[in-house]
Amino acid sequence: MINTSPYTIYPCGDHAITIELDNRVDVEISRQVISLYQKIRSLKLPGVLDIIPAYSSVTIVYDLRLLTKQFTGASVYETMHAVLQNAANDVLSAVVAQTRLIRIPVCYDTSLAPDIVSLAALHQLTVEEVIQLHTAVTYRVYMIGFLPGFAYMGSVEERIITPRKESPRTNVPAGSVGIAGEQTGIYPFASPGGWQLIGQTPLPMFAVNQSQPCYLQPGDAVQFFSISVEEFFKTKQV
Amino acid sequence: MSVRIIKPGLLDTVQDAGRYGYQHLGINPGGAMDSIAMRIANALVGNMANEAVLEMHFPAAEMVFEATVLIALAGADFSASIDHKEVPLHHPVLVKQGAALKFIQKKKGSCVYLSVEGGFETMQWLGSSSTHLQVGAGGLEGRQLQKNDRLVLKKESNYLFAENHSFFEVLPWQAKVADFYSDGKIRCVAGNEFDLLNDASKKTLLATPFTISSSSNRMGYRLQGADLQTTVVKEMLSTAVTKGTIQLLPNGQLIVLMADHQTTGGYPRVGHIISTDISSLAQCGVGQTFHLQMITIEEAEYSTRTQEMNLQQLINACNFRLQQYLAL
Repeated sequence: MINTSPYTIYPCGDHAITIELDNRVDVEISRQVISLYQKIRSLKLPGVLDIIPAYSSVTIVYDLRLLTKQFTGASVYETMHAVLQNAANDVLSAVVAQTRLIRIPVCYDTSLAPDIVSLAALHQLTVEEVIQLHTAVTYRVYMIGFLPGFAYMGSVEERIITPRKESPRTNVPAGSVGIAGEQTGIYPFASPGGWQLIGQTPLPMFAVNQSQPCYLQPGDAVQFFSISVEEFFKTKQV
Repeated sequence: MSVRIIKPGLLDTVQDAGRYGYQHLGINPGGAMDSIAMRIANALVGNMANEAVLEMHFPAAEMVFEATVLIALAGADFSASIDHKEVPLHHPVLVKQGAALKFIQKKKGSCVYLSVEGGFETMQWLGSSSTHLQVGAGGLEGRQLQKNDRLVLKKESNYLFAENHSFFEVLPWQAKVADFYSDGKIRCVAGNEFDLLNDASKKTLLATPFTISSSSNRMGYRLQGADLQTTVVKEMLSTAVTKGTIQLLPNGQLIVLMADHQTTGGYPRVGHIISTDISSLAQCGVGQTFHLQMITIEEAEYSTRTQEMNLQQLINACNFRLQQYLAL
């Protein structure tokens, strides 16, 4: 038996509702979040536009214009509140979220990793040790946000936890792998960004022409493995 | 059979009601900033409510119609003109092949919508024609319009143009839209972090004016106003935000998330603009001032229900008039 966490449900504006499990980053809470997300998806509720899992919350965005037309006496918010409460009570007692394991090649060469030398120095580690520590952990995709397909993963090994850069870069190349606090992530596009860049993957994290355009999904397990510069450019060409 | 851009505007993009169902992947919905104006523009030419339209900010594009077509303009008043004559807002307008449309002056509002009967041929991405600038998908090649772009019309016009010298003909009915917009007062509901504000700031939020700053765009409207303060500094985990969410930035200022908002955020959400008032806020331009008024969720839902009924009546009336006109 898994202890059910206490949760709170609150409106996120007049056309969205959020259930928050606990305000912390934790694998067990994340599993519950993903289970709840999958459960709500499976209900295929009419009028639901989006279901957004985050670190410790799930938000349902609904079509208020449509749902107020089918006015039943109870407010749309109350109806959604009941749906969410039932789903939570169903799910939180029996967590069955499914996890995919995805291995991602990363080139940690300094030519593609502008912050790896300074990050290693900060923690009194060698670059090799940073690579070893970053590839040793299986990460969890807690949520996707910031940019289309940008996966927030955690948690990095204690010895390489590093705050964001004080002033963000104006242009981080697509595929850059970064660290921010205990999080690690991959930029799917070239964009401004403040994460410490320790490598780059040759794999596209976002493919606009595919029906599932994002490489990673919330709840995925991710492992990085180190590749050479030659392998990086070979893979990138393919 | 198309509309060709002669001179691009500041930001002309193809938009519809937005791309929902992908926010769990960080893909924001986008869509028209003022969805009411989009729907009215579509209703006036007999389109489905969600047909893709052209959204323009000021300065707006100059374009030439390479085919005769029924159009409508809704939203902001930028003094639309064809052949030195004013083209009125919120009327169906029959435009002759060869007519050139331009927008002279920003009079009121901040985005205007152009609909064409039957709609434009667009690039659909994940079920929507809305232009996603960051990804470069949807609309016209996923980007804002450029010189010599052609927006191809889906259908040929059946209208016969009266044999005179005018480049356009205004059909004799107008959609009354004033009741869908509020001036100066924008309503919101409390956000989950409203109670983090200290008592003085809670009062200030609802009692002092806010001005839309020049660093506002389709992603969000930054507001200038009194400094707001929280009682405690709470480290928040990122969680979902929606269109209309009012975030409190670390410098004590506010930002309201608009159509191209990020899907998640970590700033305190002190409130959320209600659905019915998003269009009014969208039409507030840079430098314009408004007050926030806080209402309950029940009141917000009632407001949406009422607005939706009135809007549906207006849309039905538009369809009815157009059918009557065609039957003549």
